[in-house]
Amino acid sequence: MSVPKSLRQPLGLSILSNGFLAFWCLVAAFPIVWIAFMSFKTPFDAFSSNPFNVILGPETRSQGLGLSFAEIAAGLVLAYFLVRQAIKWLPRQVESLSPSGSRPFAWLVAVSLYAIVAATLFFALLPTVMGFLNPVLGPFGRDLIGLTTEHYEAVWIDRKFTRNFGNSMLVTTGVVCISLTVGTLAGYGLARSGSDLAFWLLIIALIFRALPHSVLVAGYLPVFIKSAEILRPVFGEAAPVLYGKPWAVIVVLVSINQPFTIWMLRSFFHNIPRELDEAARVDGCTHFQAFRRVIIPVMWPGVITAGLFSFLLAYNDFLVTSLLLDGRNMTMVPAIAGMFNRETTASDEVQAIAAAVSITAPLFVLVLVFQRQIVSGLTAGAVKG
Amino acid sequence: MRLRAFAFFVGPSLFLMLIFIAAPLVTVFWNSFHVTKPLYERVEVETCTPGFPKQVCTTSVKQQPILDDRGQLVTETSFVGLDSYRNVLELERLRAALANSDWRAFNNIDFWQALRFTLLFTLVTMPLVIGTGLLIALTVNATLQSIKGPAIFISLLPFIITPVIGALSIRWLFIGDGILTAALEAWTGRDIAMFAQGWTIELMMYLYRVWHVAPFAFVVFYAGLQTINQEAVEAAIIDGASRFERLRYVVVPHLMPLIIFVILIHLMDAYRVFEEIVGFTSQAHVISLQWLTYDFLMPDEAGTRSISRASASAILTMVGIIVLVILPLRRAWRDRKGVH
Repeated sequence: MSVPKSLRQPLGLSILSNGFLAFWCLVAAFPIVWIAFMSFKTPFDAFSSNPFNVILGPETRSQGLGLSFAEIAAGLVLAYFLVRQAIKWLPRQVESLSPSGSRPFAWLVAVSLYAIVAATLFFALLPTVMGFLNPVLGPFGRDLIGLTTEHYEAVWIDRKFTRNFGNSMLVTTGVVCISLTVGTLAGYGLARSGSDLAFWLLIIALIFRALPHSVLVAGYLPVFIKSAEILRPVFGEAAPVLYGKPWAVIVVLVSINQPFTIWMLRSFFHNIPRELDEAARVDGCTHFQAFRRVIIPVMWPGVITAGLFSFLLAYNDFLVTSLLLDGRNMTMVPAIAGMFNRETTASDEVQAIAAAVSITAPLFVLVLVFQRQIVSGLTAGAVKG
Repeated sequence: MRLRAFAFFVGPSLFLMLIFIAAPLVTVFWNSFHVTKPLYERVEVETCTPGFPKQVCTTSVKQQPILDDRGQLVTETSFVGLDSYRNVLELERLRAALANSDWRAFNNIDFWQALRFTLLFTLVTMPLVIGTGLLIALTVNATLQSIKGPAIFISLLPFIITPVIGALSIRWLFIGDGILTAALEAWTGRDIAMFAQGWTIELMMYLYRVWHVAPFAFVVFYAGLQTINQEAVEAAIIDGASRFERLRYVVVPHLMPLIIFVILIHLMDAYRVFEEIVGFTSQAHVISLQWLTYDFLMPDEAGTRSISRASASAILTMVGIIVLVILPLRRAWRDRKGVH
């Protein structure tokens, strides 16, 4: 492909431009990669002011915790193989084994199964095999970099982070499902109606989007705490206390996210030709039938994108969850803030780092898988808004 | 589409927004003028200590909260007018601070300190985000095809990361003799403590926010660069426009609607600055408007939440964001009218 004339650069500028890009990529990735390194080291190494100590972890290694050259090599090979299979082999199997109607469900099952198998291979089988091989391999079997998973074990097992993880999953799943159901309907309605009412609704939604969340939470909190009293005339003794209930937080997050969701979905539906559902209407469908039979089959790219952003909002939220949930039902992000606030020892701090890396890892996978959808979602509001 | 069908599609979403966005605004507004306090009663308590030949008895008057038959506190809600606003705004202290032009006293008044930081944060990060985003978009656009994909992937990471975690990860690079503090010390030859004073924390917050949001601006601008009319650029080359002139007169005007869009979104999001305060634990030095409301809402040592004051500060915060976004919104408004 020939480069358009307008994009050609003299050598000096090209070096400068690519140099800046390399610098930016370094800045963008550095903090995340670095805390990943820190989380695997003993506190002394993790907070060492010498960068090589943080990467190689001499003190961690001296405690007999580490990876040998052979282990690193085997790990890389296995990782490469697993990723390759996931990209090449897995989609083919899903396509050929599942009936076309239940494709999304089949994907869900296949991906979870594959993840379990891959995790077993990588974290259980590989260390066991290498444990036998290391002594035989001589210099290649000697520990090269220090590495310990003790902080992860402390966070996930001792501090019961699994419960926070479960709460996070509950809240995010709920938010994504409800937000998409409600938002898709509204987005479609707004995209197909050119009335002034639709326009005004969108403007009001935009103003709602601008509201800081603390303003809304200040409105919920007193009502949620006293909800049993307020709702007693309606529900009698069964009136629930909304404070601390995950499902109440789900509804709150769905509502907070509605303005954004309907804007994004509206612009996606705008791009689906009107003629499609009009043809169905001519054939005698009602609006809803036209939506169900004609629009639903073609709307998935937009819906997946909107779902990703709903997921991010719910997963990343700190303000709403920390104020409206009690300690027992806390999600991961507020839980970690509680962890580092105590800040008693350096090892607590490294545990907080391990928790932070644990929270970030799913997001990393998300970008890896859905990069294209995220990019299209970011630009959807801008190009069409 | 008929109104009935429209109502069927939009109804559920509208219902949620009315109940969970519009209604809370009303309660916040109402709460900001009312204070709810537990009711106390004065009871005479006679306490006797055994003594000889007679018991020693003293009667004292005690304040005691009234409990109802369920054992709950009986509370009373009363109209207090603008008292909560007065408590939040602390106008006397502000006046005194301004009269003496005492910067330190000004910084000690929570609300005004928060307002100063929030506005400064919004306005300082905005041009930096736009500039950095544009620069990344231009360099990615000009680089090799095979580098573009990975570059976009890496750029998305700071954007996608949980804000609290992002702020924490920057904090861990600087805290104590963290790796970047050590590097700065080696470079400047001075002893540096990034978390000891307000302005260095603020500086890190600005940098963190640019790191976090520039990818968003980048992706939007990059998409805009793909739709640029190459013929116009080539015509400009033939007319002898320099590289900078092409950028100034062809590329930037083409991206202008997108720049307005990013400015609007950034105004809304930067005004909400909150997670940075949590991540950097900076409340002793720097706070923001959202954090102020959050702090009022959190239970204090006695377990009470200052709902009324939180509501007052929430209403003030809301007024602020409406003033801020009204200008870009009016512009979008005019654009739409032009289209119609």
